[in-house]
Amino acid sequence: MDRFKLLTKLSFVALLALTLALPCWGADTIKIGVIGPMQFVQGKGHWNGAMMAAEEINAAGGVALNGKKLKIELIQADSNEFINITDATNAMELLVTRDKVDFIVGGFRSEAVLAMQDIAMEYKTIFIGCGAAHPELCERVANDYDTYKYFFRGTPFNSKFLVKTCFIQMATVGAILKQSLGLEKVKVAIVAEKAMWVDPMIAAAEGFIPKMGMEVAGIWRPSPVATDVMAELSAIQRSEAQMIFTIFSSSVGIPFARQAGELKIPAVQVGINVEAQKEGFWQATQGMGDYVMTLNTYCPGVEYNELTKPFMDTYTKKYGEPPTYTADTYSAIKYAIVPAIEKTGTLDPDKLVAFMENDEHLVPSGKVAYYKDEQGRPTHDIKWGPGYLTSLGVQWQDGKQIGVWPYKWKASPDAPEITYKGIEPYKIAPWVVEKYKK
Amino acid sequence: MIADIIINSLINGSTYAMLAIGFSLIFGVARIVNIAHTAFYMVAAYCIYFATHKLGLPPVVGMLGGVVVATCLGLITYKIFIDPIREHEAAVLIATIALAMALQEVMLIVFTGDYLSVPALVSGYFSITGVKIFYQHLITFVAVLLILVILRAFLTKTRLGLAVRCTAQDREVANLMGMNESRVALITVGISVALAGFTGAVIAPLTIVEPFMWLHPLIMMMAVVVLGGLGSIKGSFIAAYMLGFAEALVVFLIPMGAFLKGSVALSIMIIVLLIRPEGLFGVVFEEER
Repeated sequence: MDRFKLLTKLSFVALLALTLALPCWGADTIKIGVIGPMQFVQGKGHWNGAMMAAEEINAAGGVALNGKKLKIELIQADSNEFINITDATNAMELLVTRDKVDFIVGGFRSEAVLAMQDIAMEYKTIFIGCGAAHPELCERVANDYDTYKYFFRGTPFNSKFLVKTCFIQMATVGAILKQSLGLEKVKVAIVAEKAMWVDPMIAAAEGFIPKMGMEVAGIWRPSPVATDVMAELSAIQRSEAQMIFTIFSSSVGIPFARQAGELKIPAVQVGINVEAQKEGFWQATQGMGDYVMTLNTYCPGVEYNELTKPFMDTYTKKYGEPPTYTADTYSAIKYAIVPAIEKTGTLDPDKLVAFMENDEHLVPSGKVAYYKDEQGRPTHDIKWGPGYLTSLGVQWQDGKQIGVWPYKWKASPDAPEITYKGIEPYKIAPWVVEKYKK
Repeated sequence: MIADIIINSLINGSTYAMLAIGFSLIFGVARIVNIAHTAFYMVAAYCIYFATHKLGLPPVVGMLGGVVVATCLGLITYKIFIDPIREHEAAVLIATIALAMALQEVMLIVFTGDYLSVPALVSGYFSITGVKIFYQHLITFVAVLLILVILRAFLTKTRLGLAVRCTAQDREVANLMGMNESRVALITVGISVALAGFTGAVIAPLTIVEPFMWLHPLIMMMAVVVLGGLGSIKGSFIAAYMLGFAEALVVFLIPMGAFLKGSVALSIMIIVLLIRPEGLFGVVFEEER
């Protein structure tokens, strides 16, 4: 009887030890949370890019860490951030507490990512943002490094550089208009959705447009989800603007492009129109979105470097459409997180951060390196410019996305001229030519 | 600019009027605050998308199909979910909210959240005093007038219309007079949802088709109906153009505040209600009759 009791106790202890040790059995995977608005194209891009990276790495054996090969396990989290910021924070909370992910990639709307960032930082989880552009995300890193050092911007570059690139593209198109149409001064209508990330860009645009020798015809701020912009377009036409500088990330980009195209508003559209970055834009505008130009990260046929074509081809073949910029979760995992783990030999976030913030690496859209601010503090904000990340100007021509910038672009008078492989000349809409050509 | 404001007012107002008339009808007769009204408008829009893009049918067929599907769906859901709890107005309100959200989620699952569009019945535009207008907008404006005329003829010239008006005036007495109030309510629901479906058919080419497209029109529609007077079709018609005018004014006079056009319109509604709580043409509270 005593022996029986002893055996029972020993079995219980063994079972307890087994149960407590169980989490260690799952430690042959690296968990990466992919968070984004999964019912929408942006979130699908997040997930698709991450899946592609995980499948490639796992197919090659996994991540090498201390003599072992660990597989990547992706955990999907629907932030629902278009509808409800609270859903986004809840989703992030679940990722870090219930799913206990090692890394997080994704996020789209700045308002949501700012909130999600706080949660990830509280749990010291490395979070690579792949969608939000607000500068504050990285200003927080500089101002409170110990708390926010686990955040890195993956894509896009912050809105100050977005607007800088837009201005360069606007100036390029303005010069083309002046030369081709014989215009003395180009009038620009600024149309920007009412959203947080846009506000600093408007002020910058008002200052820069006159410096580029152009004139601001007016500023319109429709709702991000406006479905009818007839009134705005009528007012823009009355203002006799020849160029419309658009700043849209939400659905308003579709009715604006469609209605402007259908009404043949005699003004070219340049700027940011996130909906125009997608393959579905053509159908959504019923084919009226021709000649719309937008800042974009990827364009079929355009190559930044030797990584671009394999990425574009594989993604397009796998998912039936070219990647949007949120698919840069692929780069975040394959070229940032995994090499950092393999080179440092650890999953310790502090050691990984120390490595990552000084690492420069090629990605399909250029080269990633991180800024330090004027005081030398790390910001984890990605560098913009020739040799790093510049993005593209993409114009819809005859139902296809065509890369039109950088086309013989010089960042400064002494800088070399840049034209990426696959870039073609910009085209002015025929009704604009008809209206203004002398 | 005045021409722009007037023409855009008429365009905006027509859209709201089309939605508000159906809602006013169902509230006036059946005393149902049907939050799912604009959700049926969404269902019709998706039917058109499905018919034109997946089945390759002409837009007219898609539109007819949208109206039929929305109407059948409306009648079935009314019979199953709303009719049993009609006496409990709060429960009906919540049930219609739940129904709208359920329809939203179904659309989200079937079509995802991608932004879609449907072709116009008549594409192209024309100009009046330099203001460009889509033919589809003209169709919308004409459709509103047509609906009003047909509805007025129905309500005043037909026995069923008489029954609808009697039920709207006093349900209990109408019942006592031999009118099957429940059947009249069902028919009114059918007409109301058909109107919502027809609105979806006419307006869908002018908007983006997505699962959340029912929310913004719902707010404006409620504002129109409340401003015009709950249950007053004439009031809804006039209030729709008033709010359309307010929106157009904001866009043209304060371009930087274009996103506020909805808020300004709603503020005008609140101000009017403070002066006249029953709305412009509404009946004062039932106890005061």
